[in-house]
Amino acid sequence: MRNSARLTLRNIWPRNNLSSSSKTANFTRTFSLGLALRQQDVVNVTFVRASGEKIKASGKVGDSLLDVVVNNNVDLDGFGACEGTLTCSTCHLIFKTSDYEKLPDKPGDEELDMLDLAYDLTDTSRLGCQINLTKDMDGLEVHVPATINDARAA
Amino acid sequence: MSLTRNFFNCRRSLININSSSFSTSAVKSQNVQQATGTKRICIVGAGPAGFYAAQYLLKQLTDCAVDIVEKLPVPFGLVRFGVAPDHPEVKNVINTFTKTAENPRLRFFGNVTLGTDVTLQELRERYHAVLLTYGADQDRELELDNERQAHVISARNFVAWYNGLPGAEQLQPDLSGRDVTIVGQGNVAVDVARMLLSPIDSLKLTDTTEFALQALADSKVERVHLVGRRGPLQAAFTIKELREMLKLPNVETCWRPQDFTGIEAQLDKLQRPRKRLTELMLKSLGEQSSRKAGTINKQFLPIFLRAPKSIAERKMEFSITELRENSAVATEATEHLPADLILRSIGYKSSCADAGIHFDAHRGHVCNQQGRVLKEDKSQAEPGLYVAGWLGSGPTGVILTTMNGAFTVAKTICDDMAANAFDATSIKPGLVMDNNKRIVTWQGWQRIDKYETEAGKSKDKPREKVVSIPEMLRIAGV
Repeated sequence: MRNSARLTLRNIWPRNNLSSSSKTANFTRTFSLGLALRQQDVVNVTFVRASGEKIKASGKVGDSLLDVVVNNNVDLDGFGACEGTLTCSTCHLIFKTSDYEKLPDKPGDEELDMLDLAYDLTDTSRLGCQINLTKDMDGLEVHVPATINDARAA
Repeated sequence: MSLTRNFFNCRRSLININSSSFSTSAVKSQNVQQATGTKRICIVGAGPAGFYAAQYLLKQLTDCAVDIVEKLPVPFGLVRFGVAPDHPEVKNVINTFTKTAENPRLRFFGNVTLGTDVTLQELRERYHAVLLTYGADQDRELELDNERQAHVISARNFVAWYNGLPGAEQLQPDLSGRDVTIVGQGNVAVDVARMLLSPIDSLKLTDTTEFALQALADSKVERVHLVGRRGPLQAAFTIKELREMLKLPNVETCWRPQDFTGIEAQLDKLQRPRKRLTELMLKSLGEQSSRKAGTINKQFLPIFLRAPKSIAERKMEFSITELRENSAVATEATEHLPADLILRSIGYKSSCADAGIHFDAHRGHVCNQQGRVLKEDKSQAEPGLYVAGWLGSGPTGVILTTMNGAFTVAKTICDDMAANAFDATSIKPGLVMDNNKRIVTWQGWQRIDKYETEAGKSKDKPREKVVSIPEMLRIAGV
């Protein structure tokens, strides 16, 4: 929504600037700043399945990892069954220790309660619906716990 | 033209079906065979196991058609009739199931009962594969005298009552006594305890049926005992549900300190989930003595190491047990607990819907190996017959467990199909929509859904469930 608002603004500017050339420079600066902000917003995430297969996806700062899976149609059967309401553990993801420790918020009781029911629970497990993307997470790789889909890959 | 000459003509120029010389049934059957048969799979039971299996099959087999047959006019099984009304987010999976149901390759046949409206034999003739996912509709009994008395009811039935399962409205549980004793400590038992002790105002905003809300509003129940045979380390409820009980407004949780002798010393040996649950119990126990007495008149009393022995009129006798190698062993000593109402919550059980199903009556589920239903002599699998969900694994596990199980069995079906373990090439007709039978389609369910949602609006409830089957059929338009 933010991006489309910026696009609208960019469309309005040229009309206002037709009469005054001094404003054109400002317009150009805002235009390129606008683009740079959009790039800054994007966070790239890779989901690694137990088979080793890597699925690249991306989201915006503030999106949860569940949002990323849903918006990119990442092929993970049954992911996010309760739609981010902390009443299941199907968005269970496993982080590298260094990434896990850098996550800004520690899991609260509610998240831990649901994680306790997850398969293949580890010390660096989190629920994807509770992790919101920051720019620091650009390039993040998370592991998806093994499911039957991975059992088939030799 | 003679039939034989026509046949030879077909073989020479199969593609030229527009030629006027081709008009016999031999040509027609050739063409039908070329548009190779859709693989038809029938799933019996429209609960989580059925829907998750359908989701998987439709995705992996791009040329399959799935029909879901359901006894009731309405889908979703225990997600609709088992999940507690005050846990609406758990029901979000309904959105996933609805998406599956809207796949053009899926058809829903509501109000069709296996065993009476259609037999297993007929389904196996009409489909390449049949997957049984009709779950568990019975419950295990204590097998004690007086169990048939009016004041002894099954937790399953109580849950069905407040959740509006057709037929369960007849239950009319007597909530005029002060003491309720629940035998069993699983999440079903805790759900029942919570429904009995929750403030009525919060329940009024849920989809609890109106007659149940009325009865709960008039309830005189003050104390709910939750009794288990074994100790705190074997408690079957999970931490989220316990936390909810501990936070219930105007309800005091009372543990028995003697139940926890030696428990703290074992904490370090426990896996994280069990450890956190035990820590929560110990914390609550620790805070017990410092809690103010006073205005709280409702109590939740978890009791361990007591096994059911006999049922009397307003009380129940329990054997005091000891733990030996993780099992409860009864001693000679007994204890009586007050029990104006007794709820047994010691497990669900499946029933055998059709004589053709090889059913293990002792264990209460279908004999199978990794989802493949076994033959009578258990030596081999029945080709093309499968089971998933509680009907195959026994009645334990949350939706996640059933989801994984359903995906696994669906994958087995796909693998078996690829390995030609059953016939998947001949033409199968599937079930036919018979206008004489009152079959509820997905559109029919949507009409019921809309009706229920509208009916709930005036009461600030997400829905007011229709409980009568004739009413459901009328609204569905059949």
